[in-house]
Amino acid sequence: MRKTVKKMFWAWDFDKEEAWLNEMAAKGLSLVSVGFCRYDFEETLPGEYGVRIELLEKVVTDPESEKYIEFIESTGAEHVGTWLRWVYFRKKKTDGDFELFSDIASRIKHLTRIMNFILVLAVANLLIGTGNTINGIINVPEIAFLPMINIVLGLFAMWGYFKLSKKRKKLKSEQNIFE
Amino acid sequence: MSNIALTEAVFYILLSLVEPLHGYGIMQNVEKLSGGRVRLAAGTLYGAINTLLEKCWITALTGEKDSRKKEYLITEKGREVLNEEILRLQELLDNGKKVLEGKTNEKNG
Repeated sequence: MRKTVKKMFWAWDFDKEEAWLNEMAAKGLSLVSVGFCRYDFEETLPGEYGVRIELLEKVVTDPESEKYIEFIESTGAEHVGTWLRWVYFRKKKTDGDFELFSDIASRIKHLTRIMNFILVLAVANLLIGTGNTINGIINVPEIAFLPMINIVLGLFAMWGYFKLSKKRKKLKSEQNIFE
Repeated sequence: MSNIALTEAVFYILLSLVEPLHGYGIMQNVEKLSGGRVRLAAGTLYGAINTLLEKCWITALTGEKDSRKKEYLITEKGREVLNEEILRLQELLDNGKKVLEGKTNEKNG
């Protein structure tokens, strides 16, 4: 039996999203496809699968991304879905926990990629928001509040960026003594 | 050559590739070699393979079109790096033992 759940996570909460998907898998609901704020699950044995998500360096249709996904699949994982540049994998836990990264350096690299992704969105929203607000005040003052939504979203994304930056700092200090 | 330490992952990947192996084969071999202690994750391994290819420490064997079955092998340069690393590790091991065992002896004596 299939089950669809609508749920939203911010990009900077990707580890919460991953933890939630693994909780679902532990309960016997394993991810089979994804969409915008949509997760489809199938019934499996409780704890049969582990789930990992990753933000790819390039768009999913890029040959580099295809090569990467193929490689991950060759190690026994299943590519269950893609949303924008985010990929979702699941793997049976018969040969231990499923991880995509096994050292601090590759975790930092992934975090940096997500941070850059958020930063671009944040800056774009702030620029568009500010430009349109000024434009609105001059030309159509009655709806000048609308582009402020972009500014609020941009500021919110900046906050997410700094949240991840804190996390990365912690990992980097670990890296001073561990691999 | 530089005297910077190799990561555990890179050391074991190079060591595994004294014979041709594909990605999943490397993961299995590293786990076996380390008695189950080191479990390379696929994403980390992919990044390491690409870096090692760029550095020409390993090479991709041609002939297999399917990238899933692509096999890799250590190069002469890779072997040199590995040998130097073994010397470095030997030094760490020798010094560690010398100092710690020396201290234990003092205490006992």
